[in-house]
Amino acid sequence: MQLAAEASSDTSRTLTITLFLIFVAITLGITIWASRQTKTATDFYAGGRQFSGFQNGMAIGGDYMSAASFLGIAGLIALYGYDGFLYSIGFLVAWLVALLLVAEFLRNSGRYTMADVLAFRMRQRPVRTAASVSTVVVSIFYLIAQMVGAGALVSLLLGITADEKFLGMDASTAKVFTIILVGALMIVYVVVGGMKGTTYVQIVKAFMLMTGALVMTIMVLAHYKFNLSTLLGDAAARSGKGAAFLEPGLRYGVETAGDATKTFYSKMDLLSLGLALVLGTAGLPHILTRFYTVPTARIARKSVLWAIGIIGVFYLFTLALGFGAAALVGGKEITAQDKAGNTAAPQLAQKLGIDYLGGDTGGAVLLAIIAAVAFATILAVVAGLTLASSSSTAHDFYANVIKKGNASERDEVNVARVAALVIGAIAIALSIFAQSLNVAFLVALAFAVAASANLPAILYSLFWRRFNTSGALWSIYGGLLSAVVLVFFSPVVSGSATAMFPDEDWHWFPLSNPGIISIPLGFFFGWLGTVLSKENDAEKYAELEVRSLTGHGAH
Amino acid sequence: MPATPERYLEVQNSEEFGRLRQTLRKFIFPTTIAFILWYALYVLLSAYARDFMAVKLIGNINVALLFGLLQFVSTFLIAWYYARFAARQVDPVADDIYQDIEGRATAGADEGRTV
Repeated sequence: MQLAAEASSDTSRTLTITLFLIFVAITLGITIWASRQTKTATDFYAGGRQFSGFQNGMAIGGDYMSAASFLGIAGLIALYGYDGFLYSIGFLVAWLVALLLVAEFLRNSGRYTMADVLAFRMRQRPVRTAASVSTVVVSIFYLIAQMVGAGALVSLLLGITADEKFLGMDASTAKVFTIILVGALMIVYVVVGGMKGTTYVQIVKAFMLMTGALVMTIMVLAHYKFNLSTLLGDAAARSGKGAAFLEPGLRYGVETAGDATKTFYSKMDLLSLGLALVLGTAGLPHILTRFYTVPTARIARKSVLWAIGIIGVFYLFTLALGFGAAALVGGKEITAQDKAGNTAAPQLAQKLGIDYLGGDTGGAVLLAIIAAVAFATILAVVAGLTLASSSSTAHDFYANVIKKGNASERDEVNVARVAALVIGAIAIALSIFAQSLNVAFLVALAFAVAASANLPAILYSLFWRRFNTSGALWSIYGGLLSAVVLVFFSPVVSGSATAMFPDEDWHWFPLSNPGIISIPLGFFFGWLGTVLSKENDAEKYAELEVRSLTGHGAH
Repeated sequence: MPATPERYLEVQNSEEFGRLRQTLRKFIFPTTIAFILWYALYVLLSAYARDFMAVKLIGNINVALLFGLLQFVSTFLIAWYYARFAARQVDPVADDIYQDIEGRATAGADEGRTV
């Protein structure tokens, strides 16, 4: 089955675009409404701290369930079966780190950014600079990944083939156009709506995504009379891989017969990926800033509980969607459309529509809805990322490093708006050049940097009395450099067929994910930097500790 | 309103705050280690015990799938259990200490006014 079956493709395309425009119109309306409510810096950075636990839980879900989660994981499961599921488990368990060790303490001790906590008892300027650098690096990598993904998806979702013109554009022009459009919209959301606007965009998107995934899941399960075993059996049979499809090992930790070294590294890579997934989440700046949008630490706790529920249920849906796509669409048909499997969920939607909602028209309608949900997903995530990095640029770098804490609120917010514009423009430009890049590598890098540079500094800051400025700088820069350097010399950049530079080879690091080395290094550097310096501010630590545990003096 | 640095040091060294810190750390650190080990076990089994993971339990549902679903169950349970623990054993003590700092700050201000 072709995704763009001639008769239905035009209907579907028009519908996709119409639905997407409706989403854009609604969210822009919300954004303009939110801009009228945005008067202070707290409104812009933290949405006025007025969101409820459930609202923020939905928004966290909206920030977290990226296109990579929705299309990527469903696609991974559809093509590689069990291993896609393994990926989503890491993404979910990670939330316990955020719940137990980070969310409440961060909410109590910080104000707008991650650096508020890191610099609390340190010398402000160097620590804020470091935190700002790592925030922008993590966010930009993640941003490019999402936007390149958006560009690649548009031709697939709209069914534009290489030799076809759409509104006078060929496939590659359409990609560039999508990247610019997505980028321009995200800038508008952030510049105009600030955190309040962005949060509502996340909530609307999370609602759409959950509803879309729920409907498809019910349809898939109903098709198999709610018998999971039959669904799995069919998926394994149609995947062309048999029983191995339901077991780990098709994608990660692949065993190469007769090559013990290769097998060993492949399995180490699986462990490394697992570690980066679990420890990366609680260090992602756009996730951390979400905890500031609620009035108290207890509501921050509640919002993480909601987020765990929403995200967990969503990943259970993707399990049904992925196996459903393998069983009902078939592995061959999915790879024919997209080698990476990113179109598995939309293809499944089309198939379900044809079977259950009245033929080709039904197929076109359901495909259009899911494609529009995917666009909405990408748009919301990029807005969240842009906001986090522009907040850090304005609040950490401009107000506290350049102006040494003497900037007026108004100036700070204006700088944040300009920063969103600049960062957005840079992300658009980089994404256009990065179109041929392997998206998975950018995401892996973002998670590895977050886990190696940010998480050690946050945990030491909150729980280790002795920690100091030198330790914070060592752990942030040390973790950041370890992750970036190891990735640069890994097979994802050079020396393999799927690398960024497939024709060159300077790699010496055997793993594609640096986490298993760079995360311990981040913690080690933090310890080393600390013991190398005598500085220690006991009074400020007393304030930080009392504040983080009781909320006394919290903003 | 933040209190004075001396006051925060005093609170930090108080017995009640020490107990709060102990209660909290005794829960969050071991629980974190436990769920990371539990997750690591799952990843290690996926990497190195493929025959075990492939054992079929009911129909096409094998150990690997059950193990994966158990990770979901354990995540939900730990989140729920932590929320219950925090509400019962942490929040009341934290509130007491908060009130204590506030109360004394206000009391100090009142004394200032009467004198």
